[in-house]
Amino acid sequence: MTAEFAVEVFQNEYLPEGAREVDAIVTVSASGGSSAPVSSTDVAQVIIVDCSGSMRYPPAKLNAAKHATVTAIDALRDGVSFAVVEGTDTARMVYPREEGLAVVNDRTRLEAKRLVRGLTADGGTAMGRWLTLADRVLARHRGGLKHAILLTDGQNQHETPAQLSRTLASVSGRFTCDCRGVGTDWQVEELRKVAEAMLGSVDIVADPQGLADDFRAMTATAMGKAVGGVSLRLWTPEGATVAFVKQVSPTVLDLTDRRTESGPRTGDYPIGAWGSESRDYHVCVRVKAAGVGDRMLAGRVSLLTSTGDVLGQGRVLAVWTDDSALSTRINREVAHYTGQAELAEAIQDGLEARKSGDVETATAKLGRAVALATSSGNTDTAKLLAKVVDVVDPVTGTVKLRPKVEDADEMTLDTRSTVTKRVGRP
Amino acid sequence: MTNCPECDAPVGAQDRFCEECGRNLLVRTTPVGGPDGSAAAQCACGSEDIDSDGFCELCGRSQPTGRDRMEFVLPTLAGISDRGRRRARNEDSMAFGQVHARGVAAIVCDGVASSERSDEASQAAVDAANAVLVDALVEGSDPERATVLAVASANRAAGELARPEAPDVAPSCTYVSAMRTESGVVVGWVGDSRAYWLADDGAKTPSRRLTKDDTWAAQLVADGVLTEAEAVNDRRSHVLSRWLGGDSGQVSPHVVTLVPEETGIVLLCSDGLWNYLPEVEDLDAVRPRGAAPLEVARHLVDTALEAGGHDNITVVVIEVGGADDR
Repeated sequence: MTAEFAVEVFQNEYLPEGAREVDAIVTVSASGGSSAPVSSTDVAQVIIVDCSGSMRYPPAKLNAAKHATVTAIDALRDGVSFAVVEGTDTARMVYPREEGLAVVNDRTRLEAKRLVRGLTADGGTAMGRWLTLADRVLARHRGGLKHAILLTDGQNQHETPAQLSRTLASVSGRFTCDCRGVGTDWQVEELRKVAEAMLGSVDIVADPQGLADDFRAMTATAMGKAVGGVSLRLWTPEGATVAFVKQVSPTVLDLTDRRTESGPRTGDYPIGAWGSESRDYHVCVRVKAAGVGDRMLAGRVSLLTSTGDVLGQGRVLAVWTDDSALSTRINREVAHYTGQAELAEAIQDGLEARKSGDVETATAKLGRAVALATSSGNTDTAKLLAKVVDVVDPVTGTVKLRPKVEDADEMTLDTRSTVTKRVGRP
Repeated sequence: MTNCPECDAPVGAQDRFCEECGRNLLVRTTPVGGPDGSAAAQCACGSEDIDSDGFCELCGRSQPTGRDRMEFVLPTLAGISDRGRRRARNEDSMAFGQVHARGVAAIVCDGVASSERSDEASQAAVDAANAVLVDALVEGSDPERATVLAVASANRAAGELARPEAPDVAPSCTYVSAMRTESGVVVGWVGDSRAYWLADDGAKTPSRRLTKDDTWAAQLVADGVLTEAEAVNDRRSHVLSRWLGGDSGQVSPHVVTLVPEETGIVLLCSDGLWNYLPEVEDLDAVRPRGAAPLEVARHLVDTALEAGGHDNITVVVIEVGGADDR
């Protein structure tokens, strides 16, 4: 299947004399057009189920995880390659039994589901090892779309954060992985780190009953991808530095440090697999200042397949002017997403301060978050915030910390803090 | 003339039309839509790697293309229109023509910055006026009457660009033209683009400015409200009292005739030049003597650029007097 990609750039290219910073929102849209989804043989999916001892309590948790995995297996199309991995303080193949992938058909589905239903919980948690096994399994797959689902209920206790970071660095970019935390004993920051490195989503499933639907949805999304391993290539002129490259919709994801040099003044940022969808990126480049009246190409954004085919291109411009009516114009897209990134940061900082007992900072940050969520129309986030703080005035962001907050509410707010509202386009 | 300027076919010295393509060999003009500025082969940073959109692959700088720098040369006259250093685009336009053994005509229009698409307005105006003036040269009709008709035609052409829903920003421009025939030079203008007579010697027909600006400040000076010195510093010094375009109504130009008794040049220019060189003395001090019109134009434009290039700069230099067979 060939998806059609479009790249659009939104910015105010006019800069006052002496200014160097050029901001632009780059919207990348992929449409599958009329063609069918990608061929099944192209897709491989690995499901990683946490089977550590904690999954036994409450018993509904492991049962829900098994049920969700079974649902996901049912949702896989015939011909897709798949595997199920059991995660504890080590990683073990559930199906197929030997390290590798099976091809989905009625027989393999039945076998896999039977083995999943027989899973028991015992042992610890070492997600890096789970991902390493998933990576080895997926490395055997020849197709372009490699996807994993990682389900956990606890903290990564049986390896150090440094070990996990090393593993992430080595498997990042080799497949995408959506992460789900079930219950409230896992760590948002930890799982977010995994999901961001693996260009996947992260979410909380506070009620295990919701897992099956979530797994079905994730599998369907993975099946809907048409192109894997896409990257965003950014050319900048001589003397320029890239201040940052961030995905800002549907979620905030800083890609700045993911750059790999691909040519003179050119670097590539991985943006993963694409189905019919649209995402926004905020690019900020610091260029050498030029004279009033000068026009400069401050950046060229190209979209590339893993084989280097250019799918689309957009230009970020800089025009220096002494007309302040032009240079002070605020671009809606840039302003909106700058606010959404600040919103995510304010929530995370606010919750952090709240945990450490710094009421003043927590109140200020979460108040700022309420004001930002309100003014940008991010009602989903505003609702989540209202479960953690009492909102006195949503417009000014006057709030009081709630004395008692459900763990699930706090974790949901934290997990979804990076979910942005799409900029409204007239 | 040995080759047709249109199709390059060989033509005889006495031919009036090209046998190959039918072009009138006695008339030569700037192309409608403006001379196509050629892209530089090398960026100012030294790189030769220019992308298809005209940006340098090394430093990112936009290369001058199209309207940013236009140069055109005909026998006995030449013109340059330059974006300058501070404006995002060139809203000035120029057009000129030469009719063998009859004379030349040239027009400079400066798009009004506060109106929309004023670059289109100035281009439409110069092309419309040039067609009228060149026809008049071919037919040998009265230059003063031709100038009035040219302004009416230019005004219509610019006015047609207006959007009815946005009359306040109707595309508009200034106008100055010169027609050189054997009986002298007829200059017409609307607005603050200027014409100067710059004599080679100055003993018989001294150098002088031929136009009076159609600006509120100039009006106030004429009425004795402001002195010349006060007007220069007045914020209204550039506010036009008359212009061409959709919101200008009926406009007839000021027309003056110059019958010089010696050789020299007639200079047409936009305010991008005369802001830096307002007086004839300034222009006479700067312009190279005995140089070809293009060289004179380049020198004047360079002077304005070096002084800051705050506005678009357009200069047309017309030789006057001397050899008869023009």
